[in-house]
Amino acid sequence: MCRLALKSADEPFSPYEMLMAMEAMQEGYDGSGLGLLLRGIEFDDFKLKPNHVILSGIAHTENALQRMADFMGESGYELKYQHEFDMRPGIIETRNRKRFKYVVRVYKTPDWSNLTQDEQELRLTETRLALRKNGEDHGGDLTIFSLWFDVIMIKEVGWPLQIGDGLGLDDDRIKARVVMAQGRQNTNYGINLYACHPFFIQGISTMTNGENTAFIPIKEYLLGRHIPGYLGYHSDSEVFTHILHYTTKVLKLPLEAYKHVITPLKTEELDHHPQGDFLKGLRTACRRLIIDGPNAIIGTLPDETCMLVMDQKKLRPATVGGRPGAWAIASEMCGVDALVPDRDPALDFQPMREHTVIIPPERKELKIWSQFDPFTIPQAA
Amino acid sequence: MVSVRSIYNTPSSLTYHDLPWIITHREDRCTLCGQCTAVCPVGAIYLTYRRQRVPKLDVLKKQRGNEYRHFVGIRQQTDVSKRCIGCGMCSMVCPNEAIGPHPNTNENRSAFVRSQKGDAFKRGGRRNAPGKTILDRISFDRISMLTDPALDAGRHEFNYNTILGRILPPEEYLKRKASGEWIPPTREIFPFIIGSMSFGALSPNMWLGLLQGVAYCNEVLGIPVVMATGEGGCPPWILKSPFLKYIILQIASGYFGWDEIIRAIPEMQCDPAAIEIKYGQGAKPGDGGLLMWFKVSKLIARLRGVPEGVDLPSPPVHQTLYSIEESVMKMIQTMSMAFGFRVPVYPKISGSTSAKAVLNNLVRNPYAGGLLIDGIDGGTGAAYDVSMEATGHPIASNLRECYLDLVAQGRQNEIPLFAAGGIGKNGNVTQNGLAMIMLGASGVHIGKYIMQSAAGCLGNEMGRCNVCNVGICPKGITSQNEKLFRRLDPDDVAQRVVDTFMMIRTETKKIMAPLGRSQSLPIGMSDALGIDDADAAERLKINYIC
Repeated sequence: MCRLALKSADEPFSPYEMLMAMEAMQEGYDGSGLGLLLRGIEFDDFKLKPNHVILSGIAHTENALQRMADFMGESGYELKYQHEFDMRPGIIETRNRKRFKYVVRVYKTPDWSNLTQDEQELRLTETRLALRKNGEDHGGDLTIFSLWFDVIMIKEVGWPLQIGDGLGLDDDRIKARVVMAQGRQNTNYGINLYACHPFFIQGISTMTNGENTAFIPIKEYLLGRHIPGYLGYHSDSEVFTHILHYTTKVLKLPLEAYKHVITPLKTEELDHHPQGDFLKGLRTACRRLIIDGPNAIIGTLPDETCMLVMDQKKLRPATVGGRPGAWAIASEMCGVDALVPDRDPALDFQPMREHTVIIPPERKELKIWSQFDPFTIPQAA
Repeated sequence: MVSVRSIYNTPSSLTYHDLPWIITHREDRCTLCGQCTAVCPVGAIYLTYRRQRVPKLDVLKKQRGNEYRHFVGIRQQTDVSKRCIGCGMCSMVCPNEAIGPHPNTNENRSAFVRSQKGDAFKRGGRRNAPGKTILDRISFDRISMLTDPALDAGRHEFNYNTILGRILPPEEYLKRKASGEWIPPTREIFPFIIGSMSFGALSPNMWLGLLQGVAYCNEVLGIPVVMATGEGGCPPWILKSPFLKYIILQIASGYFGWDEIIRAIPEMQCDPAAIEIKYGQGAKPGDGGLLMWFKVSKLIARLRGVPEGVDLPSPPVHQTLYSIEESVMKMIQTMSMAFGFRVPVYPKISGSTSAKAVLNNLVRNPYAGGLLIDGIDGGTGAAYDVSMEATGHPIASNLRECYLDLVAQGRQNEIPLFAAGGIGKNGNVTQNGLAMIMLGASGVHIGKYIMQSAAGCLGNEMGRCNVCNVGICPKGITSQNEKLFRRLDPDDVAQRVVDTFMMIRTETKKIMAPLGRSQSLPIGMSDALGIDDADAAERLKINYIC
């Protein structure tokens, strides 16, 4: 069972803080990998502008780095800033893995003034996928995690704190308002960087501790949507991210509907629900997206909203706690303690099967939404 | 040596060793009560007087002579029309365990002379291919051991129901819901459905028992079981009852019984579960339904609107129509309209390499509510033996291929596929059904299994019994003869139906729990399946295990 931690704060903080919290939960992972997502970025020596995007990944060879740089240039992206990690050699166990460069580069987008928001997002996705394919076509020498407005993703095989030390993440040169971290317990046989949580598509990201036993039918269904970016599936949890994307971006349903898609209520419960008729139809139409197995899903949206939902049987632990301005979600209580020590622990909340915990971008208070509550969308009226 | 002409011998002459079943009779136990000869449905045994010569030699008087012993015993008919069918009713009624049939392990020469009076051999039952089926050989091998806790089949809650009816893609559903447009009807049902067996093929008591059991499952146990009628209509009292919602009405090429159904529509208290349009049957592809004259009783004649005592062969195709595409479209739309677009309508076809073509046609028909494919191991009340034995396609690969075709199109949730034909053939009904579901079926239809499990049908795949066609069913399941169907108590059948579905429910949980599945029926969860045959594994795209 993997360990998960998320922190969302008004004041940007170092991702190293998350790795310390991961240490507090260290019984739960085996050093098979670390994934970090940073959102709401502040560089020490560079100021991001609205038309800037950040590319994150790993170029395993010099040639791959060159191809990546050429591709971005040819696609009209203009390099504005390149973050150099303060690498400390010998800390990350490399074994026979060659990592030529951990890439975090800021590009100015081409002139997209005539494109809608959706079109711009599609361009970013297409560019990311083209780069990913470029790497795959060259023996996997280029791994691309994200290309988005203010998101950095770092993934590496190894013990979380060692990776943080090896990359010099404690130097406070990168800070973020939202950080997600996962320490992996490898359940996927082979160690693949793309199989490392969190997963990312168009600004939406989730991470999970657990096992999705309905993986194959869901994967087959998502592949059949033919939506750019619905690929990979090296991990059974990747589908959670894509379902969140499908629910909010494609179906344009509110975040609360996610819970109704992945873990719908029973017929007997919907019979008494004020929007039972609509929700029964939604459950049927989205039947292939019903997840199974023990899971706590922690995610973030492009507007810095954070959320936490449980599987239908609440077979996984997860706690949320904090104070106005700083909130934390972690798979273990000790993780929340480490992330926001100056809170009232009596107000911590452990969601049950029907809850969706939402940390809104304002970070004033938590929103705890129950599946039994009605929500406002025209179809359900 | 005597001359051949003095022995009674024709080309069709057989000895009892040539028959498929040989009666063993123990004279030392027989009380001559006569129950066996009275109960035998085909008159295969008879009571007879025999004389036995006992040679006698008086050595002292140097005399030779004979004595004759007379005895009474049970003998087996060797006439092919009265050959023993192996049903075993004789042993069931014998008070002293003195009699019973045994399968002939030598050659069965009667097979060569079954064609009598210008007709080919007809029978009921299904393909006589004993042994494990492909479905029996599949095991569920993706046990959820990576993360704990595992599920508890006894204590946790499981959602195992399925959906029958056309399902819209999510985008389309939301659009139509917002604009108030028509949304195709769906039903939430138990994935094991009692398959089409007509009122006519089955006796009134059997039908009543099934319906009572189904109603109990729904209303008391909360297991939403539905049953299909087969061709031949439905008794009017059921059409006008609240139980109609548990019934899938079938319309087939003979349209038998539909006068009554259409007339009853204004008086129906509820809608039927669905309408099944039969285009083909796995047991006899290319044949229409067949109710032989033996079973067209007064009641059946009235329900079907025909004279008594005539053969009722339905044509192989739906009349008046030009092609299956056109037929399917018109029939589906007509039936949908008749029930106000509130009832799912779907076709049933025989398993066939052309099934995918029919399926793709349905995908484009916005009114099609599903597709039922019936494989070669499906049963029937009456068909030519050659149809049952040699025509058709096994269900497993046929359904899998259709499902993967839908997956390639991303339409697997829109047209639910249902599978039939040999599910539970060797008694492993839940295992067979769940294997089909994980191969891609949304549910399975079971007919023969229900007859065996709920009513004690004696038929097996060694040619046992198989006389459903001539109305002499020794258990009273497929007979319209009052003397026979009185043997079957509807209450007992209902009890067995309930026992059967409770068992299937428990076993379904016992299969789903170790796979870590409880939130939805594991349709298409092919990663959980393994088979010890590399070729079958490759064809079905599942794991090869050994």
